[in-house]
Amino acid sequence: MTEVGAPRKRSEDDRLVTGRTRWTDNIQPQGALHVAFLRSPHAHARIEGVDVTEARRRPGVVAVLTGADFAAEQGSLPCAWPVTEDIRIPDHPPMAVEEVRYVGEPVACVVARDRYAAVDALEEIDVDYAPLPAVVDMERAVQGDGGLVHESLGTNESFTWVFENGDMDAAMRDAPVVIERRYVQQRLIPTAMEPRAVLCVPEGDDFTLYSATQIPHILRLMLAVVTEIPEHRIRVVAPDVGGGFGSKLQVYGEEVLCLLLARRLGRPVKWTESRSEGNMTTHHGRDQIQRLTLAADRDGRIRGLKVDLLADMGAYLMLVTPGIPILGAFMFNGIYKMDAYSFTCRGIFTTKTPTDAYRGAGRPEATYAIERLMDELAVELDLDPIEVRRRNWIRHEEFPYETIAGLTYDSGNYEAATDKALALFEYDKLRAEQADRRERNDPVQLGIGTSTFTEMCGLAPSRVLGSLSYGAGGWEHAAVRVLPSGKVEVVTGSSPHGQGHETAWAQIAADRLGVPFEDVKVLHGDTAVSPKGMDTYGSRSLAVGGVALYNACDKVVDKARRLAAHLLEAGEQDLEFSGGRFSVRGVSEEGRTLQEVVTAAFAAHDLPDGMEPSVDADATFDPENFSFPHGTHLCAAEVDTETGMVRLRSYVAVDDVGKVVNPLIVEGQVHGGLAQGIAQALYEEAVYDAEGNLTTTTMADYLVPSAADLPEFTTDRTETPATSNPLGVKGVGEAGTIASTPAVVNAVVDALRPFGVDDVPMPCSPERVWRTLRDARGKAAGQGSGTQPGAGGGLGSVGGAQ
Amino acid sequence: MIPAQFEYVRPSSLDEAVTALAEAGEDAKVLAGGQSLMPLLRLRLAYPDALVDLDRIDALREIRDEGDALVIGAMATHHQVFRDPLVNEHAPLIVEATATVADPAVRHRGTFGGSMAHADPAADLPAVAVALDAVFLARSVRGERAIPAAEFFVDWMTSALEPDELLTGVRVPKLGPGWGVHYEKFRRTAQAWSIVGVACALRRDDGAVAEARIGLTNMGPVPVRASAAEDAIRGRPATAEAFREAAGAAAEGASPPTDLHGSAEYREHLARVLTARAMAAAAAV
Amino acid sequence: MPRISVEVDGVPYEDDVEPRLLLVHYLRDRLGKVGTPIGCDTTNCGACTVLVDGLSVKSCAMLAVQADGRQITTVEGLGLDGERHPMQRAFHEAHALQCGYCTPGMIMASIDLLRENADPSDEEIREGLEGNLCRCTGYQNIVRAVRDAATEMRRRPEREVAP
Repeated sequence: MTEVGAPRKRSEDDRLVTGRTRWTDNIQPQGALHVAFLRSPHAHARIEGVDVTEARRRPGVVAVLTGADFAAEQGSLPCAWPVTEDIRIPDHPPMAVEEVRYVGEPVACVVARDRYAAVDALEEIDVDYAPLPAVVDMERAVQGDGGLVHESLGTNESFTWVFENGDMDAAMRDAPVVIERRYVQQRLIPTAMEPRAVLCVPEGDDFTLYSATQIPHILRLMLAVVTEIPEHRIRVVAPDVGGGFGSKLQVYGEEVLCLLLARRLGRPVKWTESRSEGNMTTHHGRDQIQRLTLAADRDGRIRGLKVDLLADMGAYLMLVTPGIPILGAFMFNGIYKMDAYSFTCRGIFTTKTPTDAYRGAGRPEATYAIERLMDELAVELDLDPIEVRRRNWIRHEEFPYETIAGLTYDSGNYEAATDKALALFEYDKLRAEQADRRERNDPVQLGIGTSTFTEMCGLAPSRVLGSLSYGAGGWEHAAVRVLPSGKVEVVTGSSPHGQGHETAWAQIAADRLGVPFEDVKVLHGDTAVSPKGMDTYGSRSLAVGGVALYNACDKVVDKARRLAAHLLEAGEQDLEFSGGRFSVRGVSEEGRTLQEVVTAAFAAHDLPDGMEPSVDADATFDPENFSFPHGTHLCAAEVDTETGMVRLRSYVAVDDVGKVVNPLIVEGQVHGGLAQGIAQALYEEAVYDAEGNLTTTTMADYLVPSAADLPEFTTDRTETPATSNPLGVKGVGEAGTIASTPAVVNAVVDALRPFGVDDVPMPCSPERVWRTLRDARGKAAGQGSGTQPGAGGGLGSVGGAQ
Repeated sequence: MIPAQFEYVRPSSLDEAVTALAEAGEDAKVLAGGQSLMPLLRLRLAYPDALVDLDRIDALREIRDEGDALVIGAMATHHQVFRDPLVNEHAPLIVEATATVADPAVRHRGTFGGSMAHADPAADLPAVAVALDAVFLARSVRGERAIPAAEFFVDWMTSALEPDELLTGVRVPKLGPGWGVHYEKFRRTAQAWSIVGVACALRRDDGAVAEARIGLTNMGPVPVRASAAEDAIRGRPATAEAFREAAGAAAEGASPPTDLHGSAEYREHLARVLTARAMAAAAAV
Repeated sequence: MPRISVEVDGVPYEDDVEPRLLLVHYLRDRLGKVGTPIGCDTTNCGACTVLVDGLSVKSCAMLAVQADGRQITTVEGLGLDGERHPMQRAFHEAHALQCGYCTPGMIMASIDLLRENADPSDEEIREGLEGNLCRCTGYQNIVRAVRDAATEMRRRPEREVAP
């Protein structure tokens, strides 16, 4: 059976549906101590003193420590992506010592015999804070107006990063159509269902750190760098990990501190985050203000695009904080041809939780901007939004195509995906219904939104990362061990947390080695088991790690071929390998199975001269290019013009992710991606009040949609293989999220177009929709505009103490 | 997160319960279904010295027919109320509103009386009680008293119950023939609290509206009656247009909050729109 | 400290518990039954859903002491004679899980949903699961799994579908 392309049910599922899982918090070693962190209730304050005397007296309390206690050993949390030479990277102690800069920053911790005792003792710690000004508004912060986040830097600006290509002056000069917009990418909280958790077990001078992380390998190296504990003394295990979406692509202070506590106390030390703690302290995503200028000709052809970004870094630069908006720099042009492009991004410090990767990481923001602008352009020219895209996109016969942003898109077929999506969506029928509702002045209006997106993923070619000043490469590693019994162990450096590697990797290995799927076991997520890796993020696992596995399998077959030839007394060039068996070409009855060859290698009685007794192999793959999945998404939204409520009526997603290893998994990734992208469009927003308090600390206020809030999706695929890897695969993990946000907002705006609305800020909450509509109607009637609602209320800010 | 320490008492009769509550003092709290209280305890937004758990007092779960009214025991769960034949027959507005409370698991534990005594203006059932002129039955070691709905909700999260008083049940007048009901709930996601909710019972006589009772959720620190709208619709024909006109007065006298999910101004607007819709649905127009 | 006796997945336990001990912490930290995870503080996510006397309950919003005398079923107690419960099988077959963190709660809530309504529509399934959040699947395959499990469970004898 051909495994690659088959909808294999997942091998991972059995332990997950029975509760026999190994989440970090499920690991309960004898004698483990529990840590609770006291967190700043102030957005910005100087720590004048911390009194832990009473807390230390509480029953069951083993230690109470402050930032000052860790100061000599805690180092500074790393930023691995200094995007410019003159970037300002402030010191970031895992536990604050002198100053706190966001609500939730840790200032002290209690280590106790159980979690209840630890949390109780937190209330006995007395911290004397001298409040400093909160810096909440990015546009004010950039003026230095209202105080500095880091006094010593003398500015709130971390960096300015610029990219320019083409003659922008020429493109803008006398352009018949110029569209200027300001879009806000609201701050989001990634909200993996499993909160973070860390357990560090000391064994002599060695430490095993279990963490709900996406990046065990990077984390190990960074822990060694930060703490100066030698790398080979640290083992990092990512056991079952309950989702990440970028939020667990991080080196967190709690990870460093648990390691230091385990060293200090000589006992296993565990910390498990609560949701309200996590909303404040697990890094956030998005948060950009985009100023955009698009120039076009009357026929709709784009001449140039100017992008000016403010990107909120939060209080510190974490692992890849500054690089996130820069990833978007290459995507604002989308699938379109244009003559000139310029991109300027300023990274701004505020007294808020640091931002970093969240599903899509820079590309959703860019895709949103260009796909919203394409709809605006269509309106400006009175063209159908599909038509204006057609006039600008790269035609399928033009690939490979070097874009204005300097990337080479290797393959794609935007026409095919769009045609398929239009047919599934019944586009013309919905347009007719829309016209009818407009005609009837129906209180519920229908809008249709389009998003013809692409994205760059499969992070990443190491030379490109190098040119962008990233601190590491983008390769991935795989090893294949064929055991004496013929069973196969695959080791991958990619670290899954829901993506289904154990299934998909086994499918690849089964095909390449000609062994049954059931005979392959995939090992991952433990630096002692999988010694090399770059982990999982940026839709890279299959397009980089899967290819490494593919190559490692071929190496195994090559080694085995040599031994098989020896055993068959034939030339290697005369052997063919099919269905797990070597045979002499044209004499199929003469052959050796892989298992027989491996058994012979294990016995080592009769090996070719110089051959080691093993056919095992490993491979490291470094892609030459990104992969560029693309697709056409169409959304129909009903907007209640009386209440502002938006209901999605239908959603069609046709994605082209190249060759597919497991269509079941691919479809699931698209579904989940859509849900998160739709959630940004309609529901989710991390809200800070003027004092810098996060008011959406619980799931009662940060609105993650449930099944009842989302529509049934219609998904389909076109298949244009990637040319940059032998599997022909592209990444799929982020595509749905990247594509869907603009499709939904375009639909909402389209519904309200007749009233003079040309934008609704995200999330398009009922009140925002209602206000936008009212203001547009008021403007039409010559009245002034109202104000947007402020923050506050609900369970709201539950304070910094946890 | 984890609750702070408290004492725990689990009386097995009503008498024991009121005694326990009296002894526990001012900083004790009654534990009914716990579905609102537990999150507050876990977030350490509430620090009671003691919890008096009513879970094992079966008498408090009874729903009984008292002629022209039903008495719904304070500890009847939402799940129980929703399925109860008496409530379905005589107080369908409660059934409709109950179906929108939180989610099935919460409705299994959460109680009718707990939701009332918690006095959260964003909760759905208090507005229903106000609309129906329900009467709250309280008991303490000092005796029993009946508190009309209009006096029961005193302020934000504050009921008229004294610290030593238990809510034992709620007397709900039966709606006779000719009444239609509807609970119109407006929220951003299925699990989110109501931005505004409208509880409406409406009696038609021929083609006209003889009487309407309208309670509003989350339109102030306490659930409020939309009396001006009730007056405006009385005697008018049961048409969508008349409902819209009358609903123009729905927010009169309300003082809605501004919070994360809606401003006061927006809530006033919603109250008008949703009241018209609730009346139309109740009248089956 | 109050003493409770409780049956969890068919096994009786007697324990002294602090009154404030959450049921989910009792299950996880005292009984070592870590199959039921915790996802939030506010009863929103539903990851910790178990059955108490046959009805779904969020075990983070109930005290262990309140479980005294009750029968608890967790995801670990599902299935009969080593066979997976039809709901567990349906989740696997329909690819209704990715990271799997919400899955125990989602399965328990789904079983409860079918107890109330053996043949729900998609809309009824979506509404019935509004108290259980999933961040991976977009819910589409969860709805499909519940529908498939409903069909299967209607065909089977009671003992095989009992939680």
